[in-house]
Amino acid sequence: MANFSKSNVPQFSVEVYQNEYLPEGGREVNAIVTVTSTGGGTVGGTAVRAYAAGSTPDAAVAIMVDCSGSMDYPPTKMRNARDATAAAIDTLRDGVHFAIIGGTHVAKEVYPGGGQLAVADDRTRDQAKQALRKLSAGGGTAIGTWLKLADRLLASADVSIRHGILLTDGRNEHESPEDLKAALDACAGRYTCDARGVGTDWEVKEVTGIASALLGTADIVADPAGLAADFTQMMEAAMGKEVADVALRLWTPVGTEIKFVKQVAPTVEELTSRRTEAGPRAGDYPTGSWGDESRDYHVCVQVPNADLGQEMLAARVSLVVPQSDGGVQTLSQGLVRAVWTDDMAASTSINPQVAHYTGQAELAQVIQQGLEARKAGDMDGATAKLGRAVQLAAASGNEDTAKLLAKVVDVEDAATGTVRLKAKVEDADEMTLETRSTKTVRVKK
Amino acid sequence: MSQMRQLTEGAEMSSCPSCEEPLESGDLYCGACGFDLSAAPEPVSADDHPTIAINGAAPQGGSAPQAPQAPQAPEVPQEPAASVQWPEAPDASTSTHHPGELRGTDSSGGELPGAGAPAAEPAAAVRFDHPQGADEYALQAPDPRTVAPAAATPPAGTKLCVACRTGTVDQDGYCEHCGHAQPRERDHMERELDAVAAVSDRGLRHHRNEDAFAVSATALPDGSPAVVAIVCDGVSSATRPDEASAAASQAANESLLASLPRGTHPQQAMHDAIIAASDAVNSLAQDPAHAREHDPHRHQNAPACTLVGSVIAGGLLVVGWVGDSRVYWVPEDRTAPAARLTEDDSWAAQMVAAGLMNEEEAYADERAHAITGWLGADAYELEPHTASFKPDRAGVVVVCTDGLWNYAEGAAEMAAVVPADAAERPLHCAQVLVGHALDGGGHDNVTVAVLPFSLTPQGAGSA
Repeated sequence: MANFSKSNVPQFSVEVYQNEYLPEGGREVNAIVTVTSTGGGTVGGTAVRAYAAGSTPDAAVAIMVDCSGSMDYPPTKMRNARDATAAAIDTLRDGVHFAIIGGTHVAKEVYPGGGQLAVADDRTRDQAKQALRKLSAGGGTAIGTWLKLADRLLASADVSIRHGILLTDGRNEHESPEDLKAALDACAGRYTCDARGVGTDWEVKEVTGIASALLGTADIVADPAGLAADFTQMMEAAMGKEVADVALRLWTPVGTEIKFVKQVAPTVEELTSRRTEAGPRAGDYPTGSWGDESRDYHVCVQVPNADLGQEMLAARVSLVVPQSDGGVQTLSQGLVRAVWTDDMAASTSINPQVAHYTGQAELAQVIQQGLEARKAGDMDGATAKLGRAVQLAAASGNEDTAKLLAKVVDVEDAATGTVRLKAKVEDADEMTLETRSTKTVRVKK
Repeated sequence: MSQMRQLTEGAEMSSCPSCEEPLESGDLYCGACGFDLSAAPEPVSADDHPTIAINGAAPQGGSAPQAPQAPQAPEVPQEPAASVQWPEAPDASTSTHHPGELRGTDSSGGELPGAGAPAAEPAAAVRFDHPQGADEYALQAPDPRTVAPAAATPPAGTKLCVACRTGTVDQDGYCEHCGHAQPRERDHMERELDAVAAVSDRGLRHHRNEDAFAVSATALPDGSPAVVAIVCDGVSSATRPDEASAAASQAANESLLASLPRGTHPQQAMHDAIIAASDAVNSLAQDPAHAREHDPHRHQNAPACTLVGSVIAGGLLVVGWVGDSRVYWVPEDRTAPAARLTEDDSWAAQMVAAGLMNEEEAYADERAHAITGWLGADAYELEPHTASFKPDRAGVVVVCTDGLWNYAEGAAEMAAVVPADAAERPLHCAQVLVGHALDGGGHDNVTVAVLPFSLTPQGAGSA
C-alpha cells in the first residue's frame, strides 16, 4: 500500500483486547493494547531495505565502550569489546552518522573526534576500526559522562533517529548514583540506548536502569566471545528504526483515574510515572523509536460508576509522533470501552490477553523479589517467590524464563511451583535471570 | 476480547442519517455530527414506499375469494372480503398451523381461554401515554426521520453529550468530557406507514438493541393493499445477535414484498419469508468478513434470532413465527376477547403442551424463556409456523418481542395496554406499548409493530 504522507514512516495499527463488560458497580477496566508498525526498515529480522535512490539514512549512532581498567581482566574482554565494536561498525549502513566513545571515569572521543560525527562509508568504517586498535584499558567508570558526551555528539547531526549502544563490565563507581540519574534525565527523550553488561562484575539494576530510562534493551553478555554477535544484532535493530519519539497517548474522560500503564511485551516496562500532560485529560507515555515490530501495553483505568446498560469510552489510546511544527501526527488509535451489563457470564470473564499479561508482569516481579530474598538470605521467601515464578513461567509457556529459572532452582513440580533452591548458583546464571526477568512471551495461540 | 474498530456493515449510505451531511465511501462516522454509521440499520429505501394509494379503485367484488388451501375460521361466513384468486399453495399445509389446531388463537372468538373476561377499560390501564415518547428516557435517540427538520441538522461541533450536557461528541460517538456513549441509531427506532407502525427500543438494562423490525406495504395483483410487519429478537447468547435480527427482518420483508405482488398466498408467502430469513441468518455464520474477532466471552456460536411476522392482505390475517416473539389480536370492540395468535417455541410452552406443568409453574421456572426454535445455522431443524385467520371484526394486530410481552403476558393484559384509538394511531399505540415495557423495568430490548385490521381493507377506513 502506498503511503504518500511521509516516506519511510511505518504504518501503525492499534488493536485493543479487553472484556468491556462490567457488572453493576464495576469500575476497573483492563485492556491490552497491541501496537504494530509495519512497512518500516527491517524485513525478516534483518536490516535489508530498499531505499529510494538518492535518499540517505536518517540516523546517528554512538557506541560507548567501557575502557576501565577491569576490562583487561581477563584481557579477552577488551579484545572482544574491540571486535564487537568493529562488527557493529560493519553493520552501519552507508550514510549513517556515527561516533565511538571510550568510557572510563571520563568520556573520550575515540572516533572521529573533534566533537563531530563521521558519516559511514568504506573509508570511515576502516578509519574507525583503526582507531579501535588504540583502545586500551585503564581508569574508572563514570557512565553518566559517557551518556552526556553521546548526547552532545548525537545532537550535532540533523537526523530523526538517534541511538546509543553502551557496553560496561563494572559498577558505576566513579560518580554518584545521583550523577547517573541526572545524566539519564538529561538524555531521556533525546536518544534511545541499548545497554549491555559483559562478564559478571556489573550491577544489573544499573544496566537495566539505563536501558529503561533511554527506552532501549538490556542484556547480559556473560561470555565476552558472544559480544560480536550481540553488537551486530543490536546495530541491525537500530538500523531498522524508522520513526523516533513515538508516544502512547491516553485520553480519559472526566472522573476516570489511570491505575497504570505498562509495556508488557516484549518486556515489562512500567510507564505510569513517565506521563507528560498533553492537553485536557490526555497524557503521553514515551515508547522511543520503532522499526518493524509489535509491542503490547496494559492499560488499567478506573471509571466512574454507571447504570446497567450504559456504555462509555474508558480511554482513547493513540500513537502520536511529534511534528516539526510543534504539533503531533496521530499514527493510529483504538478505543477502550466500558459497558455495564447484568449478564454475569459476560461481566465475570477475564480477557485472555489481560490474564496472560497480568501473569507475565507478576512473573517478572516474583523473579526479582525471589532473587532479592535470596541475596538477603531469606531462603524461605526466595523459595516461595521463585516457585511461583516457575509455576507462572510454565503455565504461560515462557520457556526461556523457565530455563533460566531451572539454573537457579531445582524444579520438583512446575505445575504447583514446588522448587528447591540450588545450593550453588553461577553468578552468570543469576544475573542472566535477573536481567531477563522482564522478558515476556505473547499469548499462546 | 473485542476489537474496537469494526467495519461498517454493508450499508452504503450517501448521507448521514442523523444530519444529512454527505458521506464519503468508507466513512465509519459522520464527519459533521459524529454519528456512528456502523450502527445505522440497513438502508430502508427498498421498503420505504408510501402506503398504496387509497383511491377506491378496488376491484368490484366479482369472483368469490375461494382460497383453496387457505384455512378459515370456522364460523366466519364466506364473504367476498377480497377479490384475490389465491393460487395453490401446496407446501403450506405441510408445515403450517391451522386455526383449529392452534389453541386459543382464533380471533373469531368463542374458543379462547379466558375469553369470558372482557378487556379492561383501555384508557384507564395505560400507564404510559406520552405522545412525544422521545423525552422519556435519558439516552433516547432522536429519530432522524421524525424529528423536526430544524432540529435534525444541528451545526457541526455543537452536539452536546446527552449524559453530561457538557462535552461535545467525538467522531466515535463518545462524549469528549465524560466519555459516555451517545445513542445509536438502533437504540430507538420508529417507523410509521399508513397502515402499520413499529417502535423498537434498547430498553433500560441492555447496552445495545438486538431487536430489529421491518414494516412495509405493497399491493396484491388485484391492487388491494397488503401490509407486512416483521419483528426479530436476536439471541443474546449467540454471536452478533443484532446482525442476525437485522438480516432476518430485512430478508423476510423483502421476500414478502417480492411474493405478495406475484399473487402467492399470504400464508405460503409467510412460510417462504421465514425460510428466506433463515437463509439470511445462516449466511452470517459463514461470512468470516463479518465475524467479530476476539469476542470476549461468547462462544463463537452462529448468529441467531427469533422471527415473528404478520401480513394483512385480502381480508386475511396471516402470522408466522419461529421462537418466542408473539402476535396478539386485540379487537376494536373491547367487549370481545383478545387473543394470542402464536405459540412460543419455548421450554415453558413445551412443558405446558406436553402436560408436564401448568402454565403458571412453567413460566415460573428459570428455564421458561429458553427458546426451542430459532433462526440460525445451529438450529436443529427449522420449523416455520404459520397460521391464517379471517377476523370478522376490526381490531389491531400487535407483533412484539418478549421485551414487551414479559410485561403483558396474557391477551387480556395486552389488550388492556393497547390504547382505544390504536387503529387510528398505530405509531402512538406502539410507543405506548414500548413505554409500558420501559415502565415495567425495560429489562430487555422491546420491539412492537402495530397493524390495524379493518374489514374493508381497500376502503379509506383502514388508514
